[in-house]
Amino acid sequence: MIQLSGVHKWYDTRHGRHHVLNGVDLCVRPGEKVGILGRNGAGKSTLIRLLSGVEKPNVGSVERSMNISWPLALSGGFQGSLSGLDNLKFICRVYGADYRDKIGPVEDFAELGKFFREPIKNYSSGMRSRLAFAISLVIEFDCYLIDEILSVGDARFRDRCREEIFVKRKERAIILVSHNVATVKQNCKRVLNIQNGRLIEYEDKETALRSYMESC
Amino acid sequence: MRRSLAIQRRVIHALIMREVITRYGREGLGVLWFLLEPALFTLVVTIIWYYYRLQTVTTFPVIAFSLTGFSLLQLWRNGANRAATALEPNQGLITHRNVKLLDVFMARVFLEWAGATGAFLLLSMAMTVAGVIAPPEDLGYVLVGWLLIAWFSLGLGLVVGALSAIFSVFEKIWRPMSYPLFLLSGVFFMVDWLPVSLREFILWVPMVHGNEMVRHGFFGSIVTTYENPSYLLVVNLVVTFIGLSLAKYAQRENSGQR
Repeated sequence: MIQLSGVHKWYDTRHGRHHVLNGVDLCVRPGEKVGILGRNGAGKSTLIRLLSGVEKPNVGSVERSMNISWPLALSGGFQGSLSGLDNLKFICRVYGADYRDKIGPVEDFAELGKFFREPIKNYSSGMRSRLAFAISLVIEFDCYLIDEILSVGDARFRDRCREEIFVKRKERAIILVSHNVATVKQNCKRVLNIQNGRLIEYEDKETALRSYMESC
Repeated sequence: MRRSLAIQRRVIHALIMREVITRYGREGLGVLWFLLEPALFTLVVTIIWYYYRLQTVTTFPVIAFSLTGFSLLQLWRNGANRAATALEPNQGLITHRNVKLLDVFMARVFLEWAGATGAFLLLSMAMTVAGVIAPPEDLGYVLVGWLLIAWFSLGLGLVVGALSAIFSVFEKIWRPMSYPLFLLSGVFFMVDWLPVSLREFILWVPMVHGNEMVRHGFFGSIVTTYENPSYLLVVNLVVTFIGLSLAKYAQRENSGQR
């Protein structure tokens, strides 16, 4: 389970304090597929980073009793001048997994071909997200934090992700943030909106989706 | 506590492996460069010193003097230099909850330890075998001096790394700051050569004690040294404590929690 209670997050900028989250509560149980919709700058990535523990709230608490992935996002998680393979080794070492039996599965899923052994900084965003996904799948987390990267993959990649996470790993939780209604609609059962630094939960998924589309 | 130490060990190991690949790659001599780079530096400077000093013909063992001084310089300074630039290239990796800034600084200092120590061992053994220098009179004392300076370099690395992470401008002023420290550290002198009035001031510089210790161990009775190992020990404790506290503060700052 993950429990966010009364979370406030702000950043001090040169022009004063910038409030991103103003009192957020959220509880995610094992196996739940949660989608969070928000416009650019609404605080989606901040929320994901707080959930992962990379950032800490200024006020409030985050409790984790699940094994949670790092934020699977377009930036972060990797070292740019290392190859995909070396990043895989690094991440396996950090999470205490043996990389030797993971190389094959990651190569298969990420479909990077010879780029698997090239520096990550030369990857396209699609390649990066395939690698991030592939590595997070072999480490096996109880909860995956997904920040937009499903949206940059092509249809084939999205289908394979869905197969891996929603069919083969039904019991795992997912928290997916996106500005893209289709991604959230396809993948999540529970949908929330993030607006003005708060999370808004609706009586059902359809209402949440409609409300988000109206606000855009 | 036990679990978090196991995690930290894993993370530092992962970071060291990552540094090894990005710095020298797998081609050619690869990882050996960690040792060869400081060894070459010391060797070149020592050769220059030897030819320069030869004209003033002295009975003093110039080569061993240069070898100890420049090896120790690299031991205390290289870790801090590397820690100063640690944040930016590792920012992406800090996205993994268990990878802390402290681990990033430590991994870099440990690698410099390995390089400086390997280089010192290689050169001193090769020079002893070649008969260029006499073997140390008191190996144990050399070792204690070396270990105390290694510890100092860890503390200094944490301080410099954390300050550079907190104030990015510190990374730029550290290098110019380190030059006067280099001159004062005892690379170029024995305390005994200084006027009595200067000695008590220079003995405030912690690195001087390491130089005096290692040279005392090397040369034995032919030199008079003024080290105080307990002073260096106390400085190490204080600097390490400050370094750990600053690293903790930098971590909070980096995770946006002030």
